[in-house]
Amino acid sequence: MTHVGRLETWILICMIAGMAIAGDVLTAGAMRRIGDLDEIRARSGLAGAIKAVAGNGMFLLGVLAMALNFFTLLFTVSKVDVSLAAPASASLTFIGNAAAAKVFLRENVDRRRWIAVLFVFAGVMLLRR
Amino acid sequence: MKRNLSLHQYLILLTVMLTASFGDALLAHGMKQVGPVSLDHLERLMVAMTNLWVISGIVLLIGFFASYLTALSWADLTFVLPATSFSYVIIALLSHFWLHEHISLDRWLGILLIVCGVGFVANGPPLTEHVVPESEIV
Repeated sequence: MTHVGRLETWILICMIAGMAIAGDVLTAGAMRRIGDLDEIRARSGLAGAIKAVAGNGMFLLGVLAMALNFFTLLFTVSKVDVSLAAPASASLTFIGNAAAAKVFLRENVDRRRWIAVLFVFAGVMLLRR
Repeated sequence: MKRNLSLHQYLILLTVMLTASFGDALLAHGMKQVGPVSLDHLERLMVAMTNLWVISGIVLLIGFFASYLTALSWADLTFVLPATSFSYVIIALLSHFWLHEHISLDRWLGILLIVCGVGFVANGPPLTEHVVPESEIV
């Protein structure tokens, strides 16, 4: 049921991915600062866990990016097949996240994780056809 | 370095997968009822917010977000995202059998490759060692 051209389709998908990467990296950075939520919930209850998360500025910025991502997704799935838009944007997000996590979060993105990136990239190429 | 996940943590990852895929599918079903949204008719996004399917999708996606944040609090971003990628397969199945979207052989192969790729990550440790001062994060 795709209603738009190929270029517009992939511009929309890239916009979804870009905002998702910003949201993911910001929220992951925030969660690292906050610590294990299961432990916080055990110690301070659900309200304490919510307070710890909602009071973190980096988390709120991440949520803003995710909200923009959500409305772009909503706009996109009304024009493009969800079976293309959802996995394609998620795959691009995964590739961008691997690089962003290494640079910004200093995660150890080893060979195993980069091989996974290549598989995902190949998968995205097939989704484009 | 944490190398093994507890049953509770596996259930959190399962919740991430199911809520993400069913949430997206409900959202797509609702948006098909609402109709195409264009820049000239952005008010349709508000109409979409009154659609029960869209609302149900949003509720599931809120559940996804809560479980996703929980997972991020004890695992790397580059572990959580691929480890929950089975949701792509669930989305494809829902799209095909429920939303009646056509999925070509190429797309099925693409989805299969994605799942294989993320299988590499799922076999690794959820959290890698990285002692970084708070001020240097992001």
